[in-house]
Formats: sequence, structure tokens, C-alpha cells
Amino acid sequence: MIRFLIRRTLGAAVILLIISAITFFLFYVAPRDPARVACGKVCTPQTLNLVRHNLGIADPIPVQYWHWLEGIFVGRDYSSFGHCSAPCLGYSFQSQTPVLSLILDRFPTTIGLSIGAAVVFVIFGVGTGMIAAVKQGKALDKIASSASLIGSSLQIYIVGIIAMYYLSDQWHLVTRPNDHAGFTQDPAAWFGGLLLPWLVLAIIFTANYTRMTRSQLVETLSEDYVRTARAKGLSRRTVFFRFAWRGAMAPIVTIFGIDLGTLLGGAIITEQTFGLHGIGALSIKAVRDNDLPMLLGVILVAAAAIVVFNIIVDAIYAVIDPRVRLA
Amino acid sequence: MTTPASPSPAAPLEVTDEDSAASAKPGNPKGSESRSPGRLAWIRFKRDRTGVISALVVIFFFVIGIAAPLIAKAYGKDPYTTYGQNDPSLLNDFGFPVKPNGGMSGDFWFGIDPQLGRDVFTFLLYAIRNSLLIATATALLVTGLGIAIGLTAGYLGGKTDYLVGRIIDVLLAFPQTLFFISFWPVVLNILVAPNEATPTWLTVVSLISIMTAFGWASIARLLRGEVLALREREFVEAAKVTGASPARIIFKELLPNLWTPILIQATLALPMYVTTEAGLAFLGVGLSDPTPDWGVMMQYGAQYYQSDITYMLFPGLTMVIFVIAFNLLGDSVRDALDPKARR
Repeated sequence: MIRFLIRRTLGAAVILLIISAITFFLFYVAPRDPARVACGKVCTPQTLNLVRHNLGIADPIPVQYWHWLEGIFVGRDYSSFGHCSAPCLGYSFQSQTPVLSLILDRFPTTIGLSIGAAVVFVIFGVGTGMIAAVKQGKALDKIASSASLIGSSLQIYIVGIIAMYYLSDQWHLVTRPNDHAGFTQDPAAWFGGLLLPWLVLAIIFTANYTRMTRSQLVETLSEDYVRTARAKGLSRRTVFFRFAWRGAMAPIVTIFGIDLGTLLGGAIITEQTFGLHGIGALSIKAVRDNDLPMLLGVILVAAAAIVVFNIIVDAIYAVIDPRVRLA
Repeated sequence: MTTPASPSPAAPLEVTDEDSAASAKPGNPKGSESRSPGRLAWIRFKRDRTGVISALVVIFFFVIGIAAPLIAKAYGKDPYTTYGQNDPSLLNDFGFPVKPNGGMSGDFWFGIDPQLGRDVFTFLLYAIRNSLLIATATALLVTGLGIAIGLTAGYLGGKTDYLVGRIIDVLLAFPQTLFFISFWPVVLNILVAPNEATPTWLTVVSLISIMTAFGWASIARLLRGEVLALREREFVEAAKVTGASPARIIFKELLPNLWTPILIQATLALPMYVTTEAGLAFLGVGLSDPTPDWGVMMQYGAQYYQSDITYMLFPGLTMVIFVIAFNLLGDSVRDALDPKARR
């Protein structure tokens, strides 16, 4: 297990290195003055000079990239802008803040959004999938299957807006989505503000889990080891939960890890739809302002979320399903 | 498939999908008449009522898209004229349609859009046309590239396979939406001189290229896996012995055996690119107003939804209907081609 984790972590580090390098070079390959772009719309000649100096524009691009990498491990000095300490993902000249502190500032919203939605869609998805598998071929199964197909065809920017209009604006059933309250300050307001996004995300994601759970359970229930367990005289319930369910859950954990990683890496469209201010909104703002250091940081964090969750789910997979060996 | 534990003389050496598909359907009226696998799949598909209906819906959308200019001509309007601004009785002081339900009337079947007062019906027609064009082109390119790369990597193995595998790993770890939106300005910067308007065709081409560049990885990985299983089979060995070139083996021997997964992946890809492209336009990347497009309409509608929800509903519902129909069609195609893989 430890060898597996070490190997995968190294692999992940390499992937992140490649992604950051590609991003870096593509950003700076464009025929324009990166200092001008990094400096932003309100750019005095003094700031421009400072930015130029700080970016080390005179250096060749690989050297600049090296400095950027160096910053992550030992920190970096942006002379007059101040020091950016150890895990330094760069400096956003437009916001006059280190990139990482801005990202950390926005992260709670994204975490609240993703984890909350994940709890709802996993419970509903796996639950309906289990019912559908047990009641195979009956009306309930058919309803669950067709509902899941429709759900997976829906889009956040359609359902979200229609839901906001009717549920919040017209019928006042749910608070308008917002992220004014932090979880620690006012849990009730936090919950209310994120409830609608959770439900909409759940409608869309639940579908996939229902379908997966159903097909996985149907498959494992017909496996030999399940029949053996029944033949040994174990009760239906024990066999279902201890044997079949465990085997069926493994692939679902994989999908869940990927979904959660993607959500954490910035549910851009979701945040845009509901007007929330998480990582996704931060990246859109960075694109609008042409804030390259910011974008580089967000892309790296998002890619890291995806890669890390991939490793986590592979490890969990092996724990759940004893047939899987970590090579 | 052919395990040494089953030396029964009745068992054919090669149990291909076609054989089992043929034997799985013994009760056809003409008895032992031979039918090609494609024909059998077609017969199975025709029996699937959901599949046929969704196919009709999908065809309907494509016909509308192709015939958009004709329909608009017969209807007598175009998507660009700002009727509401030319005729002050159509929009109120706040720029919203005077008539209820988004200004729907005999003249403007689906109403007019807020602020500009363009005709929603023709705008939607052209939106369907443009969205389907981009999605179809992307799906075809992605599938083509995925086939070429996946098959080559799987068949050649070794270093090529390793390299391609790592590239796929990196591509799949990319936060794609984020990457698209952050590279859009960069791409335009490279292609278009500053202070110049971007021509629409260039937007379309770059959009398709970016989505293709990131899209081929998953289908290539899938096909690579299939090829790994196929390349040890006897017919490939036989082809190798007769001196066939790798290119010939890949495209003449392996490819014909892979049409089922390819077709399934392609039918899944198309609705995915419709929604991806619309999502990007919704975020302000890619096509933008006044180019008609599903995503552009969604974005426009999202700005005014609190005062004019009707406008939102047209692009929203048509897109949902199209995607549901296409996904149902994809399911039916899979059932028809591969009856063993029932969900």
C-alpha cells in the first residue's frame, strides 16, 4: 500500500509538473507583452516597470518557469510588492495579493458547494440504485432508470436558472443562492444559501449514480461468490450488504472520486449560474482581467484536486474490493 | 474466450460478437436465411420503439438545422433584425416585450428577445444549426483522432503505447472547462491581431480544434484497451504472417472489429459536445452574441431571466429535448449493436 501511494504520488507530481509547464509556456508564447498583461487594466508606468522587473521578463521562458517552480518550494520576493512565502504560486499584480491567499480565500465556498452536493447525490443516487436493483424489472426500477436518463441529460445552466426563478423568486420556497455566511459564522444561513445549488447539482449527478449502482449490483448479485454465500446459509440481508454491496460499491467510489475532484477543482458553470464566489468564479474573473499568474495558480490547484482524488479513490478501491491488487 | 477447459468439438474456435448475435436471435421467420450483423442490428433497432422515436426527434432537429435558412425565408424574418427597436410598440420602456409570455404572437411565434427585440423563432433555428454543426464536426474529429491514435498505440505497443498512455493521463487530468476558458484569450491573441474583430469562422474553427485537442483522449484509451485484446487473436497473426503492413492490419483487420464501440462512443460524444459548447458560450467563451447558438441564447436569457423567463425556456427546453433524445438513441444503438451489454 505504501509503495503504491509513493509511486502514485510521484506520478501525480510529474503530471502536475507537465500541466504547469504546458500552461506556463502557452501563456507566454502569445505575441504580447506578459508584463503589460499581468499588470492589468489600471497600469501606471511605475507598476509596469516593477512588474517587468518582478516577472524577470528579460530571462528566457524556461528560466522564468524555473523561478516560478522555485517559488512554490522556497517562496519568492516580489521586491516592492512584498514577500510571498513558501508555497508561492505567484503574485496577482492586479489584486496586489499572492495568488495562493486569494485561492484559499475562495476555497471554503467551493468546498461547501461540492461536499454538500456530493453528500446529497451519493445518498440519493446509491439509494435509488439499490432499490432499482432489488426491484429489478418492476415499475419502480423503470421509473428510476428513466429518471436517471433524463437527469443526466439536464444541464446546470438550464435547470439552475429555471429553479432559481420559480423556487426562489416566484414561490419563495428556497433562499436565493448566496455565499454571504461562512459555515462557522452562521451555519443556518450557510445551509440556506447553498441548498438550491446542492439540489440542482444533485438532480444532475444522482442520475449517474443510480444507473451505476443498479448495473453494478445486478451484476454482482449474479456472481458466484454471492451465490456461494447464499448457499452457505447466510441471510439475504447479510449477503446483500456484506458481499454484493461491497463488491458493487468499488467502481462507484472511483466515479465519485473523479466527480468530487472535478467539482472541487472549480464548478465553474455552477458558480456562474448561481452567482457564487468560489474557485470557479475566481478563474472567470482572472480570465476577464487577463490575470495570468492567477489563472496558472487556479489551473494547478484544480488539476491537483483531480489527481489527488484519483489516487485516493484507487487506494479506497483496493480497501473495499479485496480482489484488486495495487500494482 | 477459448479456454483449454472446453475442448468440445461443437464450440467454434472464434466466438465473435456476430456469431453470438446471430445465434441469439433464432426465431426469425425466414429460418436459416443468412443476415449480416449490420442487418441484424438494424432489425433489432427497428423493434425498439423508444429508439425509433428518439431517432425521429434527432432527425427532426438535424433537418431543422439544415433547413434553417429555408424555414426562415418562408416565415419571413431573420435572426439579426432588431424588430423590437424598429417598432416601438413591441418593447416597453424597460426593453421587455409588451405582450405577455415573452411577446409571443402571430407575427413572432416564439416572441422577441428582451432589449434588442430580435425574433426568437429564427434565432433559435439558426442556433440549432450552428450548435449542431460545431458539435457534429467535433464529435467526428474526436472520434477519428481517437480511432487513429488508440488503434496505433494499442497495436504497436511498447514505447509508442507508453508515450501515448502518458499523454492521455495528462490530458485527462487537465481541468478542461477551466483550461478552455483560460486559453481562449491566448488562442485569439495568437490568431487575431489586437484591435481587430475576430471573424466568426475563425471562432468556430478554434473552438472545434480546442475541443478536439482535449476530447480524443478518452475514446483513444478505450479503443487501445480493445485492441490489446484483439491483437493476440489468430486473424491478426494470420495477417502478420502473410506480410501485411501495420497500417493494413490496423485499418483493414482491427478497425472492422471495433465499429460497435466506436459507434457507441460517437453517439455519446455528440450530445456531450452540444452541451460542452453551450456551456462554454454560457461562460462567455467561444461563440458570442449576435451569432445564434444554444449557449449564446442561454447566456442572454440568464441575464434577463428575472423579467423574461419565457425567453430562457425556448433554448433550454429544445436543448434538453435534443440531448435526451440523442442519449436515448445512443442507448438503443448500443442495445441493437451489442445485445449482450444490456444495462
